[in-house]
Parts: sequence; structure tokens; C-alpha cells
Amino acid sequence: MTPTLQLFLILSAALFCIGLLAALSRRHAIFILIGIEMMLAAANINFIAFWRFAPQPAQPTGVMVAIFAIAIAAAEAAVGLAMVIAVYRHFRSTNVDQLDRLKG
Amino acid sequence: MNSWITTNVWLIPTAPIVASLLILAFGKAARRAAAAVAILGQIVALTISIFAFVPTLQTHGFRAIQNFTWFTFGEQTLRIGFVLDPLAAAMLLMITLVGLCIFVFSIGYMAEDKNFYRFFAYLSFFSGAMLGVVVANSLLLLFVFWDLVGLASFLLIGFWIERPSAAAAAKKAFITTRIGDMGFFLGILWLYHRSGTLLFYDGGRGCLEPIALSAIGSSVTLIALLIFCGAIGKSGQFPLHVWLPDAMEGPTPVSALIHAATMVAAGVFLVARVYPIFAVGAINGVTTSLTIVVWIGVITGLMAALIAVAQFDIKRILAYSTVSQLGLMMVSLGVGGVAAGIMHLLAHGFFKALLFLGAGSVIHGVHHEQDIRKMRGLRKLMPVTFATYAIGMMALSGVPFFFSGGWTKEEILHATSSWPRSHLPHYSILIGVILTALYMTRQIIYVFFGNRRAASEHAPESPSVMTLPLIVLAVCAVFFSIVLTPAWPWLESYLTGHAAHFEPRLLIQPMILVSLALVGAGVSIGIWIYRRADETDPLQHAQPALFRFLENKMWIDEIYDRTVIAFSKILARLSDWMDRHVWDGLVQDIGRIGQFFGRVTTSADERVINAGVDESTSGAQGLGRLMSRWHSGQIQTYLGAVALGMLALVLLYAWLG
Repeated sequence: MTPTLQLFLILSAALFCIGLLAALSRRHAIFILIGIEMMLAAANINFIAFWRFAPQPAQPTGVMVAIFAIAIAAAEAAVGLAMVIAVYRHFRSTNVDQLDRLKG
Repeated sequence: MNSWITTNVWLIPTAPIVASLLILAFGKAARRAAAAVAILGQIVALTISIFAFVPTLQTHGFRAIQNFTWFTFGEQTLRIGFVLDPLAAAMLLMITLVGLCIFVFSIGYMAEDKNFYRFFAYLSFFSGAMLGVVVANSLLLLFVFWDLVGLASFLLIGFWIERPSAAAAAKKAFITTRIGDMGFFLGILWLYHRSGTLLFYDGGRGCLEPIALSAIGSSVTLIALLIFCGAIGKSGQFPLHVWLPDAMEGPTPVSALIHAATMVAAGVFLVARVYPIFAVGAINGVTTSLTIVVWIGVITGLMAALIAVAQFDIKRILAYSTVSQLGLMMVSLGVGGVAAGIMHLLAHGFFKALLFLGAGSVIHGVHHEQDIRKMRGLRKLMPVTFATYAIGMMALSGVPFFFSGGWTKEEILHATSSWPRSHLPHYSILIGVILTALYMTRQIIYVFFGNRRAASEHAPESPSVMTLPLIVLAVCAVFFSIVLTPAWPWLESYLTGHAAHFEPRLLIQPMILVSLALVGAGVSIGIWIYRRADETDPLQHAQPALFRFLENKMWIDEIYDRTVIAFSKILARLSDWMDRHVWDGLVQDIGRIGQFFGRVTTSADERVINAGVDESTSGAQGLGRLMSRWHSGQIQTYLGAVALGMLALVLLYAWLG
């Protein structure tokens, strides 16, 4: 089976859905972060796939953008984890059900 | 058969890693099966390692490589691969055999732990990662496995995560080795920039082969030193040794694995593997980078041996002895005795695993008491443990002729004596040999001789699942000495690729008499000092200040606390202050401008447009109440709404075409 664009898009869509499901259904803040990371990874796969099957895949532009996205995702994860720790210190909990201070 | 194994070396690290994943996935339900799967994975790895060992025996200087392209990036192609040579094959055998013994021992030691299956999953993972380091044929692939080893050690040192000290030790180990890894990674990048390849061997074009080495040019010394930074961190060399004694917080089998087969062996192995980079442009076998390796090794070896004399925790004594022995290996590598250093690493793997498991058996027997002053007199109660521990002790002290450590230490003494730069390393190793014999004698006397204390009143001998690995390792430690004798230097010739000849006259040389005398001196000084040892250490009586200095590990932890850690704390406080006062202040000032305008408009509002509007607000209030119900404060509801909205947009887009 030769890899086609569709296969990669299906993979990335599946990964995105799994990540979304994790972010929507898990109660632990860290798992929500993991879900978000998975969604980011899915977006990256899309990016690489479209680059790879584009007319000129020899130019490494797609990879460059993906690498930037990964670097930014790493920074985002660091900030996210720091926020989870700060939230835990404040509320003594990382269960997002109990964090409803935004309630109107 | 041979060709099959040379192209499938990757199976060796894969077996334990697959076992680890299986245990993590299904182990929660089946306790016994978890241990069985882990041991099965290790046995598979051991069997393949034996198959891999056979072809390396048949031809001298055997080397099988298997490279493949990982990915292509523009014009650049990144290739990784696996290598099988005598160095790798010998390490594979040692790691899998010692690992197997430790796995079996763990069944007994961890029998009552509630996270039994997780422990075996991590152990398998640890062993698999280390096997990967050994067979990697690319500095990048080696670095990947290197960091997996670091991750596994973090998980295992902090295995009893509910203890704050274990969590702190795990963090310390991870961060300290990370400092070394940063240098290592810079070295990798620089090497790639210079030589254009990270493969070790690639049919003449690899980075350890002459063409690439000559292309590196003058920066080779710095590259070698940066790579050595990684080895300093992993192998617990000064000044990054501080994590290794703290790593004793993990369960004892983990200490055995870290100190014998995996983790600390990785650093020494790395230096041996990339030795050609260190040796570029050597005059009489001396280069700047190798000289630095020697001095780091000398400092580490002496310092750790001195500290070990003044420790009371049975595992900490062994930990400092490991640090000291690793220093010895580094000295050996640095002065050009690569084979001697690796031989000592292999021999050390067996007897240090034996000592740690023996210590584990003792700790198990005396109900998790680790202070040697409180155990005393276990010789009669735990005869098997005592006998095997004594063998380990003699191998570590370097008693010649019958114990593996003796021959390898003699080889190292030989290598250092002919180093042209200085004789200091040679003498420091001689002192190190005396100190090793001294602190091991002290430990044996404290633990196994003398009158029993409360903790050792009813210490049962460990079950056979724990004593059997001890016996196997003890037999290995003794029999391993046969292939190490200078009369028939089989292992040395195997590693260096020269043919071995049987020359009985080499059995007794001046150096062996020297080392016999030194070990004898160390043991007798030990017996003389500690013959009437009780609660307070005799040295503590004689030299309280010096003893306190050594007992507190030369205050190196405290020095780091006052300098590096204090500095980063100040930095954190400074950033906090900046955040609170400068940036936050800026935001508040801008806010105040808004507030000012707000006040102006409010007064206009209240005086001018107030009347008549009140009537219409009640409707808005009702709407507001309706809307506020949607604002539950649950971010996941919000996120779900966003996802639904996104989906609706996509559908709308599709529908509109």
C-alpha cells in the first residue's frame, strides 16, 4: 500500500478527534494538556502531509514551519504545566470540575 | 545463523522494551505474570546476546554494521544504525546476565510492594534502553537511548514517590545528569557540523573513521570534552557526582541496576565508544582531552573513596565505592588503557551487582534498617548472604588471583604506571586501592561481625529467590577472573582484536605483588582500627573534625546549595519582582488611564442620560440571567462549545460548497 495524502489526513483527523475527546472528557488538567498536545500534533501531521504531497516537496519549507510549531508547542506545554502547578497550589486540586471561578 | 544476527541486532534492546510495554498495558491485573514477562524479555535478550557474541569470537576485530536512513531533509540525509563489535557484544552479555539476576532477585525483594507490576515494567524499560545505548551505531541514536536511560532511572529512583526524599532524589538525578547532557548535545551538534555524519562506522566515512576525524580539525578537543560532559553526568564524575549517592532512595535492586549494569556504565562506555575522537593527534597516547579525563577520574576516585570511609548507610558506602571505581575506569581510559577500563567495567558490573543485592538481602532481613551501626553480627544468621558478600568485597578490594577485580585493577595499575605526563594518577590509584580495602573491611566488620543489635536479633536468611542470584553473581565474579589473567589475556585480546597467547610467567609480576601488599595493608589496617568498633566509629574518636568533613560528603551539596541553587533562586525572585512591579505596574497604569476616562463618562452619564433608561434595564437583567446560566465556569463546556461551533462552520462551508 503506497502512502497517499488521504491516509495521512485520516490519521491526523483521527489523532485530532482523540485529542479533542481527551481534552473534553478528562477531568485532570494534565490529561487535558496532553489532549491539546495531541491536537497540535495532528495539525503538524496535516502540515507535513500537505507539504510532502505538494508539487515541490524538495524545498524544506513545510518541515521548517512544523519544527517551529513543535518548538512553540514545547513552550506552550511549559507554560501550561506551570499554570497547572500554580492552579494546584492555589486550589489544592487539578480537577477542572472544581475550578469554576469563571462562573458568571 | 551469524548473518541473521548481525542484521538483527536491534532485536536485543527491543525484547525488554516490548516486555515493558506489555506489562504496562496488562500488568495491573496479573501480578505474577508481570514478573514472568519481564524475566522472559530479559532471557530473550540474553539468548540473542549469546548468539551475537559467537560471531565476534570467530574473527578478530569483527564489526558488523547495519545503517539505514531515518529521514531526508532537503539535501541532508540523517542515517542511524546498529553496530555489533567486541565492545558491544561483551557489554550486551554483561548487562543481560546481571540484569537477569537483578530481575529474579526483585521478585523476592519487592514481593510485598503494591506497585509490583509497575516496578518490573520500569526495570525492563531500563535494561532495554541501556542495551540500545550499547548497540547504537550513531551518536544521535545513542543519545536517544541515553536519555531513555535517564528517564528510566528517574522513574525508578522515585519509585516510592510517596516519600518526599525519593521524589527529591529522582529530580536531583534527572536535573544533574541533564546538565551534563546539555554539553553532550552541543558536542553532537558541533561534531555533525564539522564531520557531516553522526554514524560511528560507515564503511570508512563514519565519524570515528580517519576521513571524518581529519575533517573535524582543531575543534576536536572541545568536541571531545563536550561529549565527556555527558559521561561526567551519567557516570557520576566530579563535579556532577552528587546525584549518585542520593539515588539510593530507590529500591535496592534499582541501585544494583544503576550501579552495575546500566546508567553509570553508560558514561564509561560512551568514552570507550568515541575513543578515536579523544585520541586524535595523540603524542605518546596523550592528548589534552584525555589528560582532562584522567584528572577528573583521579579527583573523583580519591574523593569518593575518602567519603566512603565515613558513611554509615550500607548502600551509601557502596554508592561512593561505585563513584570511586568509575573514577578509576576513567583514569584507565584516559591513560590509554581502554581494554583495561572496559574489563574493569565488566568485572565491576558483576561484583557491584552482587554487593548491592547482598546489601538488599541484609536490608530485607533486618526490616529495612540501613544504618550499619544497628545491624552487627549477621554472619551466623545469614550465612549465604555473608559468604557471597565476602566474595564481592574481595573482588571489589582487588584481591589478586582468584577474584576478577584483582586482575583488572592490576591492568589499570600497569596502564597508569607508563603514562608519560605524570605519575600522580598512578600513586593516587595505589592510595585508592588501600582505601577501598579499608572501607569494605569496615563495612563487613560492622554488618556481619560483633555482637548483635536490636535490629539484627531476628534476621532470617532471605528466601532462595533472593539468594540464588547472589550465588550466580558470586560464581561469575570468581570465574570471570579466568579470562582476565595476564597469563592468558583472553578478554583483553578479544577487546583489542589481537590474538591471545598463554604465558604462565606473566601470572606473577611486580605489580601483582604491589597490589597484593596494598590490599593486605588496607584490610589489616581496617581490622586493626575496627576490631573493637561500637556505636561511635573509632575514626570519629580520633579525628572528629576530619570525620565530620567526610561524613558530610565534603559539604559539596551544601556548596551547591549556597552557590548554584541560591543563584537560580535569586533569579526566580528577581523575575517574580519584575512581573509583579514592573510589568504588572505598567498594565495597571494603562488601566488607570482607562479608569480616568471611565470616571469622566460616568459623571456625564449620571447627570445627563440617567433618567428614562432605568425603565429598560429590567429586560436586560432578565436576558443577563439567562446568559449567565451558560457561564458555568466549566472550561470543558466552553471548549465543547468551541468545537461544536467549529464543526458547524465546517458543515456550513461544505454545504455552501
